[in-house]
Amino acid sequence: MTGIRDKVTIVGMGCSRFGERWDCDAEDLMLEAFREASEDAGVQAEDLDAAWFGCYFDDASVGKSALPLANALRLRNIPVTRVENMCATGTEALRGAVYAVAAGACDVALALGVEKLKDTGYGGLPVGTPGTFTEQWRPNTSSPGSFAQLASAYSAEHRVKGEDLKRAMAHVSWKSHLNGAINPKAHLRRAVEIDTILGAPMVAEPLGLFDCCGVSDGAACAIVTRPEIARELGKTEIVTVKALQLAVSNGSEAGHQGWNGSYIHCGRLAGQRALEEAGVGSAPDEIDLMEVHDCFSITELVTMEDLGFAEEGQGWRAVLDGAFDRDGATPCQIDGGLKCFGHPIGASGLRMAYEVYLQLLGRAGDRQLPSPRLGLTHNLGGEPARCVVSVAVLGRND
Amino acid sequence: MGSPGIVDAAAYVPAMRLDRGAVFAANSWANPALRGLARGSRSMGNWDEDSITMGVEAARRCLAGRSRDEFTRLYFASTTPPFADRQCATVIAEALSLSDQLATVDLGNSRNAGMQALCEALRGEGSALVVAADTRRAKPGSVQELQYGHGSAALVLGNEGVVAEVVAEYRLARDFVDQFRGSGEDFDYRWEERWVRDRGLRSIVPGLVKGVLKKAGVAPGQLARLVLPAAPPRMTGAMAKALGLPPEAVQDGRLGDVGDTGAPHPLLLTVDALAESMPGDLVLVIGFAQGGIALLLKATENLPQWQRRNAQRLALSPPRPEKAYTKYLSFSGLLPMDFGMRAEAEAKTQLSAFDRHRAELTGFAGGRCPVCKTAQFPRSARCVNPDCNAEGEQELVLLADEPGTVTSFTQDWLAYTPHPPLQYGLASTDSGARVLMEFTECPLEHMRVGLPLRFVFRIHAIDSRRGYRRYFWKGAPAPSEVSAS
Repeated sequence: MTGIRDKVTIVGMGCSRFGERWDCDAEDLMLEAFREASEDAGVQAEDLDAAWFGCYFDDASVGKSALPLANALRLRNIPVTRVENMCATGTEALRGAVYAVAAGACDVALALGVEKLKDTGYGGLPVGTPGTFTEQWRPNTSSPGSFAQLASAYSAEHRVKGEDLKRAMAHVSWKSHLNGAINPKAHLRRAVEIDTILGAPMVAEPLGLFDCCGVSDGAACAIVTRPEIARELGKTEIVTVKALQLAVSNGSEAGHQGWNGSYIHCGRLAGQRALEEAGVGSAPDEIDLMEVHDCFSITELVTMEDLGFAEEGQGWRAVLDGAFDRDGATPCQIDGGLKCFGHPIGASGLRMAYEVYLQLLGRAGDRQLPSPRLGLTHNLGGEPARCVVSVAVLGRND
Repeated sequence: MGSPGIVDAAAYVPAMRLDRGAVFAANSWANPALRGLARGSRSMGNWDEDSITMGVEAARRCLAGRSRDEFTRLYFASTTPPFADRQCATVIAEALSLSDQLATVDLGNSRNAGMQALCEALRGEGSALVVAADTRRAKPGSVQELQYGHGSAALVLGNEGVVAEVVAEYRLARDFVDQFRGSGEDFDYRWEERWVRDRGLRSIVPGLVKGVLKKAGVAPGQLARLVLPAAPPRMTGAMAKALGLPPEAVQDGRLGDVGDTGAPHPLLLTVDALAESMPGDLVLVIGFAQGGIALLLKATENLPQWQRRNAQRLALSPPRPEKAYTKYLSFSGLLPMDFGMRAEAEAKTQLSAFDRHRAELTGFAGGRCPVCKTAQFPRSARCVNPDCNAEGEQELVLLADEPGTVTSFTQDWLAYTPHPPLQYGLASTDSGARVLMEFTECPLEHMRVGLPLRFVFRIHAIDSRRGYRRYFWKGAPAPSEVSAS
């Protein structure tokens, strides 16, 4: 089974400037991203057959249903579907559009993700609405706190000293800030010293302020079609979807002692499935760059192991050795990552795909890596014990 | 069958002890005369404790090794019940996973409610559990703020294995209004201290003592111990002298390290008195309010065995000094600290969902898979074990009394809690269950993966908009850890 491999081409992508966009509404962000993608693809709103709209927070952010996207772009009453799968929402929108095109249900589809977090008034993600039973016993967790637990379990499992892990985590953020500083669309565009990172105020032990990604507004989108239509549109440099996989927790990590808390069970599964779907034998050898879900520094560090870029328990050493720096074996977050873009949830997965797409097409400007052929994106929604993880592989196919 | 009496007894005093010097330092500008009371410490409940949770904690200490079906009655006494209409005794019974074939009674409206509950319980058939707890509030800068403390006590009453028999009971009803709290009021109002002493204690207490001794046919000189909670130490000394008792026979009122806990106080001091008594000793317990109650107890041969158990229980919550007066004020609802936007989050409880899951939420029961026998929380229709996932009716398995350990943790300064940082993580229980839960009572520097835990019943969230609070269980450091630190 080759799954989705090479069945669908990305013909255009767009990404708004991310940041504290006090200047505009979510609708403006959507238009900003779409304008770029439309121009890139040579596809207008009226050419779209269907659209998938990703947005996580509903009333607090953009609004429920597919209406916000249909309104913002004045779509011609085509089918629009809102998807939400926590931090994997953007990639879920892409998956919907890609599957529809691959199925032949439509020729040209749009996937767009957006979030307007800064209008919620919170530093960090806003507080959600309570549910029924679960909220009656679960602690009142925050996102940093949920992921901080990874660090405690990782240290214990692999006998890594707290200060060693903290230094490796600091390196993760240091590297991303260095990358983000030269990206005009990033929110945080400043290099940060290791000592500043290590000395930052604690948010959730052991995660300090610089171990956490930013909180931003932003939108990103992709226009997808079949390869033959892409060629009809005059495209000669073809980027296809090599893999799009999703793994979802069923409660065993949070409720069964078989999981020790030091890795992401679904991250490993999604990674393995995606690499297999893409026909990648050895990720470190074949993947040229990756954009992973660095919501927190520890998440990126553990993800390097989960996706097979470092041996289990050795990720912290690989990070400190610079394996994922700009000039390392596999550059990670070459655009600055969530760390510098912030994490407008619905947009993030598509923002990652946008960077890989630019890099594959040689359009990444100052950030451009030497002729990459295969790139990977990774989204981790929820928390380590209860998560949805999407992994996509994009590649040149011309 | 022997005569009815106390079969077991336990006290609970919250670990946090507020330094009275810190209270005085903050308030001396307003009332320098408080200096005289600025010695020692008083107990203060954590933010997640109230009269119900403290009652549960004291009761649990009496229940180890006892059948949950042995009780026919549960009495709860408090002047600070968290609900005006929701019986606390029933919540406590479910937190203790007692049989529902149980008479539950709440008593209140008097600092003597604890003693009243004890007397009522002695009259019925079968074993009874008496629980008393108070979290009294006081105005900042008041004398009461320094004098009061938070705490609870629980007694098991029955006929078998009695530690202290009840020899006689004597009561006086008199509406002597030394202090009062109007319905819906936050604070007590107290009349002049000297009048209370001269026309209250000195008038009512001797009558109670005389009455009970006469009823029992006991001479004052035969008393080994006198428990007189509400009186200042100098007065109890004078009272003992008048009765011909040596000063050491007067039970210390725990004003130095706990404070006057209110309704539970006579019972709490009775636990102390029994801990220091010998078999055959006569112990006179006086409760003073709206007249009073005198109860004459006689320690039995079973006492030394109980004393050994009681000594172990004291290790469950060793005192932890607290100097942050504003923490106490904030916990007491007397200082609106800024906890940011996250503190505005909705804390509404879906009561229909709560009712479906009462055994899990209040009793901390999980499910056990009928096929692979894996214990799990919450109980579910399909087993959580990835190697099983069998569908089937899971029997309830009580997790509350199991030892646990910390599997992962964080100390979260972002998430809202009235006591930052919020400590939580995955806890694993001995029977194999895994629960993401809050940790409480753990000094930050002691938290680690592998930390042994015991589970405690605490407030999970307070819905101040609706006046509701929900409860759940949290991991606290196991006694071995606490004493090691």
